[in-house]
Amino acid sequence: MASDHIVKSFDQELDGLKRGIATMGGLAESQIESAIQCITRRDGALAGRVVENDRRLDTMETEIANTVVRMLAQRQPMARDLRDIVASLKIASDLERIGDYAANLAKRAIALAQVQPVRPVAAIPRMGRLAQEIVKEVLDAYAERDLDRALTAWRRDEELDDLYNSLFRETLTYMMEDPRNITPCTHLLFIAKNIERIGDHATNVAETIHFLVAGGPIGEARPKGDLSSFAVVTPDQADPGQDVPA
Amino acid sequence: MTQTMTTEKAPPPAVAGDGKSDKMTSRGVQVHYGEKRALHGIDIDIKANEVLALIGPSGCGKSTFLRCLNRMNDTIVGCRVTGRLTLDEEDIYDKALDVVQLRARVGMVFQKPNPFPKSIYDNIAYGPRIHGIADDGADMDAIVQRSLEGAGLWEEVKDRLQEPGTGLSGGQQQRLCIARAIAVSPEVILMDEPCSALDPIATAHVEELIDELRQLYTIVIVTHNMQQAARVSQKTAFFHLGDLVEHNLTSEIFTNPSDERTQGYITGRYG
Repeated sequence: MASDHIVKSFDQELDGLKRGIATMGGLAESQIESAIQCITRRDGALAGRVVENDRRLDTMETEIANTVVRMLAQRQPMARDLRDIVASLKIASDLERIGDYAANLAKRAIALAQVQPVRPVAAIPRMGRLAQEIVKEVLDAYAERDLDRALTAWRRDEELDDLYNSLFRETLTYMMEDPRNITPCTHLLFIAKNIERIGDHATNVAETIHFLVAGGPIGEARPKGDLSSFAVVTPDQADPGQDVPA
Repeated sequence: MTQTMTTEKAPPPAVAGDGKSDKMTSRGVQVHYGEKRALHGIDIDIKANEVLALIGPSGCGKSTFLRCLNRMNDTIVGCRVTGRLTLDEEDIYDKALDVVQLRARVGMVFQKPNPFPKSIYDNIAYGPRIHGIADDGADMDAIVQRSLEGAGLWEEVKDRLQEPGTGLSGGQQQRLCIARAIAVSPEVILMDEPCSALDPIATAHVEELIDELRQLYTIVIVTHNMQQAARVSQKTAFFHLGDLVEHNLTSEIFTNPSDERTQGYITGRYG
């Protein structure tokens, strides 16, 4: 919007919301990064800090929600202002959820550090990096109100789903190969699933940005990449380290 | 505000068909006050049993347009209306048309409640009497009761019908004026900022009433209160500098208007 509100404090409040989302987003991103480090470095102390930090995200979400409620009552926003304010509420809740997943990753990292390392863990940094990139992309798209960037990020979630699918199959084969792998591989599965869910929340943010900028939902169907709900792997197919063709 | 204000005539308004018939239509309606052109060719369809809200900054022409709909502008010296306005496909500016009859079919409620300095009863009975709709007696009593009930005022005034209408509270007076308007069984009710002089409770009563009246009448309301327009209307028309800028479903106008001028006005930005 080129012009400003006649009531200047309204603009300041909208700017405040935008800054609040940016701060929350920055923290969520760094939480993901740290959580992935906990897993790769088997760093329990860092994991403790990630879990601790999650409270800050919760607090920030509550603050944004309070601001939104107050603005709805005081400003009775219309049109783009209304979408802007509602969008910040939705995005804050997605970021809070992303933070929860990062904290979950850290908790799993603590458990994983106590057992033998397994090979599929090597795929985790790549998944984590991709999730982090997608989150960064949607946050930039939000800051710039950039529809194209939001759509790019939204489509990239499919890559994350693909990585998750292959990791899912790989861990199953490892578990079949040796029952001692079951504990670390189960944790690994949940870790991968949590990262995959972070991607889903990032696509929610992208959809919210679309609503904010264009005034409606994204017209196309999102490419659905997570097929693991339908996956069956039998011992005959077990071939550790290889992707099993679907 | 953008300088490229269009004065070309827009094509007939296209709001997604909802099966409702047109109660009133306006085509190329222009209004001049002397040399000054106040409306630049308005095309709009007003659907039956629908509330149309007219919004826009002061001086945009929305009240002028409203007053065209029952020829209230006829009384203003130097005011000239051109174009075509119909009620049930009849030209309301046809020379053969009886203006008094038109105003019985298209009633009006004003910004400030203006009850006659008469009793509550006579405020309502006045219209039916002069239009010869009913004689005093049981028929008139029934009309008075029905109208007051329709305006949600009956329970509050039924025991003091002979007291002066001016003794009621502001909100009650406005509902009395609405009762007076519906006493002559109009088809369309025009409301010019009917709640701007009312407190929130009285406003809520009138808004609730508008929603009920919609079942029986077609309503066109001018309001400066965006939230009110969003609450009470199904369609909204945004006027600016004598042009109809945007006419669409109210839900669209207030969440995702297509014109930047509409956006600027309803969100309270510099134009």
